[in-house]
Amino acid sequence: MAISDVVTQRAFVRAPQRGATTRLLEDERWLAAALLLPTIVLLGLFIAYPFAEGVWLSVTDARVGVPGTFVGLANFEALWDDSIFGTAVWNTFVYTAVATVFKLALGLWLALLLNRNFRGKAFTRAFILLPFIIPTVLSTFAWKWMFDPTFSVINWTLFQFGLIHSRINWLGDPALALISVIIVNVWRGVPFYAISLLAGLQTINPELEEAAAIDGARPWQRFWHVTWPLLLPVTMVVVLFSVIQTFADFQLVYVLTGGGPANATQLFATYAYQIGIGTGLLSQGAAISLAMFPFLLIIVVVQLLYIRRVEVH
Amino acid sequence: MARIGRRKLLQLSGAGAIAARTGGIAAILASGNAPAHAQGTTVHWLRWNDFVPTSDAVLRNQIIPACAKDLGITLNIEMINGNDIQARTTAAIQSGTGPDVICALNNWPQLYAESVADVSDVAEKIGKAQGGFYNESTVVANNGKKWLGVPWCVVGAENAYRKSWFEAVGYNKFPETWDEYRDAGKKLKAKGQPIGQAMGHSFGDPPTFFYPYLWSWGGMEVDKGGKTVMLDSKATVESVKYWTAFWKDCCDEGGLAWDDSSNNRAFLSGTISSTLNGASIYLLAKREPDKYQTEKGAPLWQDILHGVLPKGPAGAFAYHLPMTNMLMGYSKQQDAAKKFLAWMTSKPVYQTWFDSQGGYSVGATTIWEQEPVWDKDPVMLPYRRAARAGHFPGYVGPADRYAAEVLSKYIIIDMYAKAVQGMAAEDAVKWATGEVKKIHA
Repeated sequence: MAISDVVTQRAFVRAPQRGATTRLLEDERWLAAALLLPTIVLLGLFIAYPFAEGVWLSVTDARVGVPGTFVGLANFEALWDDSIFGTAVWNTFVYTAVATVFKLALGLWLALLLNRNFRGKAFTRAFILLPFIIPTVLSTFAWKWMFDPTFSVINWTLFQFGLIHSRINWLGDPALALISVIIVNVWRGVPFYAISLLAGLQTINPELEEAAAIDGARPWQRFWHVTWPLLLPVTMVVVLFSVIQTFADFQLVYVLTGGGPANATQLFATYAYQIGIGTGLLSQGAAISLAMFPFLLIIVVVQLLYIRRVEVH
Repeated sequence: MARIGRRKLLQLSGAGAIAARTGGIAAILASGNAPAHAQGTTVHWLRWNDFVPTSDAVLRNQIIPACAKDLGITLNIEMINGNDIQARTTAAIQSGTGPDVICALNNWPQLYAESVADVSDVAEKIGKAQGGFYNESTVVANNGKKWLGVPWCVVGAENAYRKSWFEAVGYNKFPETWDEYRDAGKKLKAKGQPIGQAMGHSFGDPPTFFYPYLWSWGGMEVDKGGKTVMLDSKATVESVKYWTAFWKDCCDEGGLAWDDSSNNRAFLSGTISSTLNGASIYLLAKREPDKYQTEKGAPLWQDILHGVLPKGPAGAFAYHLPMTNMLMGYSKQQDAAKKFLAWMTSKPVYQTWFDSQGGYSVGATTIWEQEPVWDKDPVMLPYRRAARAGHFPGYVGPADRYAAEVLSKYIIIDMYAKAVQGMAAEDAVKWATGEVKKIHA
C-alpha cells in the first residue's frame, strides 16, 4: 500500500468546532447563572414584582382605575386609628396561634398512630389526606352548611343526643364564629402536619428506639428523649410553613363568614380584600396586606433561628 | 422531494384542519355567509346569577340569538355570584381588559366613575322614551357630570310574611309601625315563629333593611350637602336601643350569620314568619308548590303576602337594590357595546327579560309599572311602585363614593350588630360615627 493511499483513506477529520455559547457555559459561573435564570425570572415576575407593586401602592392614594399620587405613610397612619384593623390584627394572631397549636398536637398524634403497623395502613394514610385534597372553597361550603344557624347538622346531632336544648349559633355569635373558623382551619390543616411529620418519623432509625427500650425507657420517655428531638427540625419547618399560610388565610373566612358578624372574624387578608376590592381603595388595601409583612418576618426569622439552633445541636 | 419543515407542516395542517371543519372556501362561498369571526363583534356582559333562574335561561336562549340577529353582535353573557362581581370589576379595570359591560349592584358605579365610559346619550334616550328613571336609579348611575351606566332594574325589597301566622297573633294585615311589628314579633317568637333578619356582611338584605330602619327614626349618615357627618344623634341612639330590644324579643338570632340566601332558606323551610327580601321567596314557592308547603300540607305560596317596611318616628322608608350596566372604559367595543345597551334596554327587548322576572325586579324606568304582570297576581302588588319610594345610602346626602365606602364596609349594619352583641347603644353609635368620619375626612 502506497503512502498516498493511506493519506487519502484516513483523511484528517477536524474536531467539531465548539460554539461561543458552549465555550461560555463551560465556565461554571456562567453555567450557574444560566441555570438560575429561569427561577430568577419566575420569582421576579410572580413574587418580587407584585411585592414591589404592593409597596408602591401602599404609599399612594390609588383607587380602582386611578393611579394616585405619593402620600408617604398616610395609609399606615390611617390604619393606626382604624378600629376594624385593630380587630383584624388581634383576630389574625388568635386564629394563627390557636389553630397552629391544635394542628400540631393533632397532626403529631395522627402521625404517631400512622407510623405503626396495622391492616389498611396505606388506605388510611390516603384517606386522612382528603381534607387537604378537596378544594378549600368546596369543603368550606360544606362546613358552612354544617354551621348553618337553621340547618346545622351538628346542632341536630347534639340535640338528638340530648346534649343541647337550644341551638348553638355557630357563626352568629362573635366568639363562637372565631372558634368555628379555627375548627375548620384545624380540620383542613391536620393532614398536612400528619403526613409531613410521618415522613419525618420514618427517617428516624427504629434501632434507636429499640435501644432505648432495651435500656428500660418507657414509651413516653422514648418519645420525649429519642423521637421528639430527632423530629424537631422537621416539625419546625412544618410549623413555619403552616404559620405563614394560616396568618395569610383568606378563602376559608371569606366563604364562612365574610369577616362577620360585625368583624368578629375579620383577618388581615379578608379586611384587605374588603377595603381594596369591595371599596376600591387599592392603596389602603395594599397597606393592610403589607402590615402583615413585619409580623410574618419576625415570626419567620425567629423560627429560622430556632431551626438553625436545633440543627447545630 | 421538497423538504417540509416543522413550521411548514404546522401551516399546512392548520389550513387543512380549518378547511376540513368548514368545508373549505367552496363551502363558505356556497353558504353565502362570512365565517363567524368576520360577521361582527363580540360583546362580553358580566352579571350576577339571577335569583330568578328563568331569567338567566331567557338571556341565554332568547336574548343571545336575538342580539346576533338584530345587531350582528355575538353576545357573551357571563353570570357569577353577586358578591364576586366587585372582585372581577377591580381586576378588569386594573388590567385594562375584561368584560365590555358589567352589571353593577348598588352604587358601585360611583366607585368606578373614572373607569367607565360616558353613556349619557344612551341613558338619556332610554329615560326619555320610557317615562324617566326612578330617583334611586338616577342617583347611583349619574354623578352629576355624566351617566356612569345605563340603569337596568330595581330589585324591590319588601317583607315576605306568613299570612296565617300573623292572623293567629291578631294581625290581619302587615304591621304598619315598628311598635306593631314588635308586638306581633314578640307573640310569634313565643310560638317558635320568629322574624328573620339577615345581619351579616352581604350586599342585599342587611343594607336594604338597616338603612331604611335608621332613616325611619330620623337618623342619617351625613347632612344634605354630604359634608357633615350626622350619625351620632339622639335618633340614631334611639334606633339602636329599640333594635336591640326588637332583636331579643322578636328575631331568630341566627340572623347575625345570615347572608342574602340564608333568610330565603329559613322562610321556605318554615322556621321564620317574616323577612325583608326580594320577591324570590314567593316566586320560588309558587313555582314549586309540591316542594314548599305549610305545616298543614298546603302550598306555601298561598300563605305568603308582602308588606312594606313599618314606619318609625320619622316615617316609612325603603331602599331597593338598583342595578346598572356600566360600559367599561377599557373596552375596545365601545360602539358595539353602546348599540347593545340601547337595544337591550329598548322596550321590546327588555320586555322579554322583564316578563321572565315575574315582578321580582321592576324596570329602572316608570313605564314598567303599567305592565299586566302586576294585575295578574295581587300578592306582587307591593313591588309595583316600590321603587318610587326608594332612597339610597347616603340619604339625605348624595349617593357618592363616600356613601359607597360606608356601605361596602358594612358600618351601619355592624353598628346594629355590635349593639345586639352587647355593646351599649351609645358606644355602638360612637364607633360607627368615628368610622364614617374617617371615610369623609
